[in-house]
Amino acid sequence: MKKIGLILLLLFLACSLIFAQEAKAEPFKIAFVYIGPPGDLGWTYMHDVGRKQMMDVYGDRVDVGFIESVEEGPDSARIMRQYAMQGYDAIFATSFGYMDYMHEVAMDFPDVYFEHCSGYKTADNMATYFGRIYQPRYLSGLIAGKMTKSNIIGYVAAFPIPEVVRGINAFTLGVQEVNPDAKVHVVWTNTWYDPVKEREAAIALLDQGADILAQHQDTTEPPKAAQERGKHSIGYDADMRQFVGDSVLVSPVWNWGTYYIDTVGKMLDGTWETHQFWGGLTEDAVKLSDFSPLVPQDIRDLVADKKAKIESGEWDVFNGPIYNQKGEVVVPKGQVMSDNDKLNMSFFVKGVVGRVQ
Amino acid sequence: MQLITTLLLVTIRAGTSLLYATLGEVYTERSGILNLGVEGMMMMGALTAFTVVYRTGNLLFGVLAAMLAGGCMALLHAFLSVSMRANQVVSGLSLTLFGTGFASYLGQRLGPAENSFNLTGLTGERFPIIKIPFLGDIPVLSAFLQQDVLTYLLYIIVPLAWFYLYRTRDGLSLRSVGENPRTAAAVGINVTKIRYTYTVLGGMLVGLGGAHLTLAYTPGWSENITGGRGWIVIALVIFSGWNPARAVFGAILFGGINAVQYRMQAAGTVIPASFLNMAPYLLTVIVLAAMTILSRKKKTSFSSPSALGTSFSIEDK
Repeated sequence: MKKIGLILLLLFLACSLIFAQEAKAEPFKIAFVYIGPPGDLGWTYMHDVGRKQMMDVYGDRVDVGFIESVEEGPDSARIMRQYAMQGYDAIFATSFGYMDYMHEVAMDFPDVYFEHCSGYKTADNMATYFGRIYQPRYLSGLIAGKMTKSNIIGYVAAFPIPEVVRGINAFTLGVQEVNPDAKVHVVWTNTWYDPVKEREAAIALLDQGADILAQHQDTTEPPKAAQERGKHSIGYDADMRQFVGDSVLVSPVWNWGTYYIDTVGKMLDGTWETHQFWGGLTEDAVKLSDFSPLVPQDIRDLVADKKAKIESGEWDVFNGPIYNQKGEVVVPKGQVMSDNDKLNMSFFVKGVVGRVQ
Repeated sequence: MQLITTLLLVTIRAGTSLLYATLGEVYTERSGILNLGVEGMMMMGALTAFTVVYRTGNLLFGVLAAMLAGGCMALLHAFLSVSMRANQVVSGLSLTLFGTGFASYLGQRLGPAENSFNLTGLTGERFPIIKIPFLGDIPVLSAFLQQDVLTYLLYIIVPLAWFYLYRTRDGLSLRSVGENPRTAAAVGINVTKIRYTYTVLGGMLVGLGGAHLTLAYTPGWSENITGGRGWIVIALVIFSGWNPARAVFGAILFGGINAVQYRMQAAGTVIPASFLNMAPYLLTVIVLAAMTILSRKKKTSFSSPSALGTSFSIEDK
């Protein structure tokens, strides 16, 4: 009896392998692993928009699935492994914390393409991709610096990691460029997505006298809180003006569609190679949204001017001289901060009130 | 003075939803039923409240709908744990999983067509802040008197909840069912009826707590709006020693700590944010230690209802 059972099991396994092979000949199967719900109107929402743009381009040639609100932990490895075993050809994971788990799964499935957003670990079949959101953040800082009246700008920030610190610094450099008297007050919430906490942090900043709020958070609560007090805000992730109103002056936004279309295209025609993509305004990976009607023309012109300089590569946001909070020179005049230093940034520039910790 | 008033003001505002849910769970657990579905019931309460208010424009309907939603879910839990005598932990946990998942599902479907049926990003009616004239200008006291209706309602509900539990015959019956259902049944108390009643009542209060989030505190629906507050509520019940009056301190402590620490950060304090984030938990450890010492000296009781989490049947021997 045992032998028959074993034979049946082997037969079953063989069949499933054959069917799995057959499934491979079908449309190219792609899976997306999301950190939050696509309904967050923020980070995951923008990845989902990019996913749909990619699907529009490739139509029947791809079969795309996604899974939302996956914790950054061993669970994510299980989910990615599951996808790989189900015959998915490519897996995209959209949060930093998936990195080690994806790397581990990628080692076990050399024939599957893995793409990880915002990390640094790669393999022959695992690439990374991210955007230089600090570029549009700098531009939004110019607007905030020009438009603040109290010279107190609030910044609701998620976690004290280089990505967020870089954004705060770029924003502050923009603010200080046009208004050296303005200060950017930072509050850490220690969450990427928690509507209640983000609102509490926003209100704390407004009570402190902030008249413009910026954020590195995935909900629309800070702009909503600002609007209720008759104050302005700078959105993030998506153009939050469409969800909140004209009090959102502008939003640095992600634009994943272009990248997803490009990289999936390479997978389809077999020219894909592992890479570390860090695209900016030039590569169309990040954007500055349309302006609110409240932003005057002269400021728009100023922003357009700076934007052109960044896009042409003639000027970089982290061009020296750059000073830290104590006023010491970090990047001397005439020098540009290296990408490596940008990726490991762990100090605040002059003009930020708060601590990196 | 101004600072204390502001901090107190935001703390009370933040603690309201927690306090409603804590009161509800205290009553449920006092009857011996452990309902770990608080997070799910709060989430459903928050969703139904906003949906109904968005559709009807009537805040009262929204609140009632949230209570109904919480009550129905609790009824399910009561049926499973009282009538079917299922494992209460499992039933409660599934209620949380169901509630959070279902609320997120509905949130993507109950909205208007022009918002692609999403509820996120919409605004509806909200409970306004009502400032009590004259008294609302006195420092510190004014913090209590610049709140929304749901918070004002708590000023009445909390003393009532305490009085009912400790000073009325019905309250005594409720407590005895939670302590020793067999003895309670022996003196003619209908254990099943009591457990059903207070589990459902508890669910209604938890739903109301959720309604405060979407109708007053963070108006509008966002996915995962409760963000684990249901679990804090479970902890607060233990923290309060199953006493509605003491629940106030827990709710204020946990509700207010973020508001306070964000303000300290915004003002540019030198204390690291990570320490401030840790503070409420550190305080919890201290309070729990103090509670144990006090209980040991028999000054006051912090122990859980003896029959908490156990099922009961009159036929059992």
